[in-house]
Amino acid sequence: MTISFDNALGLHPQALALRERRGEVLASNLANSETPEYKARDLDFSSVLRKEMNVGNKGLNRTHNAHFQTSNTLLGGEVKYRIPNQASLDGNTVEAHIEQTKHAENSVQYQASLTFLNGKFSGLMTAIRGE
Amino acid sequence: MSTFSVFGIAGSGMNAQSLRLNLVASNIANANSVSSSVEEVYKSRQPVFAAELNKLNDKSKTGSGVRIKGIVESDAPTIMEYNPNHPMANKDGYIFKPNVDTIEEMANMMSASRSYQNNVEVFNTSKQQILQTLRMGQ
Repeated sequence: MTISFDNALGLHPQALALRERRGEVLASNLANSETPEYKARDLDFSSVLRKEMNVGNKGLNRTHNAHFQTSNTLLGGEVKYRIPNQASLDGNTVEAHIEQTKHAENSVQYQASLTFLNGKFSGLMTAIRGE
Repeated sequence: MSTFSVFGIAGSGMNAQSLRLNLVASNIANANSVSSSVEEVYKSRQPVFAAELNKLNDKSKTGSGVRIKGIVESDAPTIMEYNPNHPMANKDGYIFKPNVDTIEEMANMMSASRSYQNNVEVFNTSKQQILQTLRMGQ
């Protein structure tokens, strides 16, 4: 019997990857906080998660071998533009304080995903040792 | 590799902001550099930033760093002052002072240093995250 890491680890690896990708988007917002005409962007995590939960991880049924495998990763999250509270004259919609809070939020959530994953791994290790 | 592109993004932000700080330093240092003609007088220099558009339009890449598009000299009029006793005065007795607004430059400096700090913060947080991820399962 083999251990399927996909089943054992659940949604967390994808969540971690999404957090990482969101961190990248937020980093580019902060890097471009002074760039004229730059529009702040973000990933909508909750809508992606809802989509995943409703459709279920199964996705579309494959009734033939030639059918393409539908991807069930969270990485297909859409990048959306943020609506600024106070737009600036140069067309830049980055608000540094909002980006900072989002970045803090994202890094805590990244930590959480990482902790869950570590928990899963230590559970697996306990199962393997059988002590 | 995608994992490390956040370092490139934060790095490009730091690079851009440090160039801006350099220009502010140059502007403030030359704020009183008097000259005897409009052509020779120092003009305030400002950076022009742009997002890395090729990456912005590519859907597979989420982050985009900052590109320094160029440095422009300010078009604001230089200050012409009648001062015939000044050693740099031209034959009509005028000297020319740079169009540097020191108050604006001070504000610019603060903004640049705060933005730099933001980028450093992003860099540090990402580094911590990746180091922790490398230790995953131990």
